[in-house]
Amino acid sequence: MNWSWFHRLASPPHVYALAARLTPWFAWPAAVAIIAGLWGGLVLAPPDYQQGDGFRIIYVHAPSAWMSLMVYVTMAVSAAVGLVWRIKVAHAVAASCAPIGASFTFAALVTGALWGQPMWGTYWQWDPRLTSELVLLFLYLGYMGLRAGIEDPQRADRASAVLAVVGVVNVPIIHYSVTWWNSLHQAPSVMRLAKPAMPLAMLLPLLLMLLGFTLFFVALLLVRLRGEVLARERAASWIREVVSA
Amino acid sequence: MRAFFDMGGYAAFVWPAYAVTLAVVLLNIFWAYRALERSRTEARRRLQVQGERR
Repeated sequence: MNWSWFHRLASPPHVYALAARLTPWFAWPAAVAIIAGLWGGLVLAPPDYQQGDGFRIIYVHAPSAWMSLMVYVTMAVSAAVGLVWRIKVAHAVAASCAPIGASFTFAALVTGALWGQPMWGTYWQWDPRLTSELVLLFLYLGYMGLRAGIEDPQRADRASAVLAVVGVVNVPIIHYSVTWWNSLHQAPSVMRLAKPAMPLAMLLPLLLMLLGFTLFFVALLLVRLRGEVLARERAASWIREVVSA
Repeated sequence: MRAFFDMGGYAAFVWPAYAVTLAVVLLNIFWAYRALERSRTEARRRLQVQGERR
């Protein structure tokens, strides 16, 4: 087996060019999946027998919440790779993840509040699921604040990577919070071992939205990664080629 | 059409939730390209400084 493609993933000029080339291959399928998912979720799916049309918030809430966790895991894993093997590109991936994850954590919290008010009678409770998701937002913000506060990029990479790796313990806490503790939040209806607790007409649009958001994350990551890779390079000859416009 | 926008009485919760998510999606596109553009500008500036030193 030829592993050269894998080793090239640590090479900044290669990654810069590859990221530029791959972006549309994730962005356009993301747009198609999200538009199809919105159509299915808002128009085709039947109203819920308990929540009526109010349940349709799931099509933006669940994908945002999924992003908040998936992006964090991506960030923590690349930060760990960067720490262990001292790969600049891995740190660049981790740094690219943070603002994306923070914004979708915010979206998950706000859409959750807007769903909570009509169904539970409150926008907010200091409930295990809600509180641990809020902690996730603070982890992202802390990570970004820490990076912003350290001038030297290599030190910023290492210090923030430690925070990202330690903070990953919060991810299983968020996921299992609804099973471990008595929570207002419902138990998982898709991300579980048993068959999803939803008819197909409701489930399919949700899966499309989850897929669309995931592809969208990759596209965003690829755009941000180019910037982060450039920022870590000093006086490399390939920079001249990519920025002289 | 009226019924669609009314969302079975949940319009005041459903539409703001969709609006916030849409805003986050669009802002992410804007922020990502702005960050890339800033890095490119910064890289160009560094190259210029090096060129002058030589």
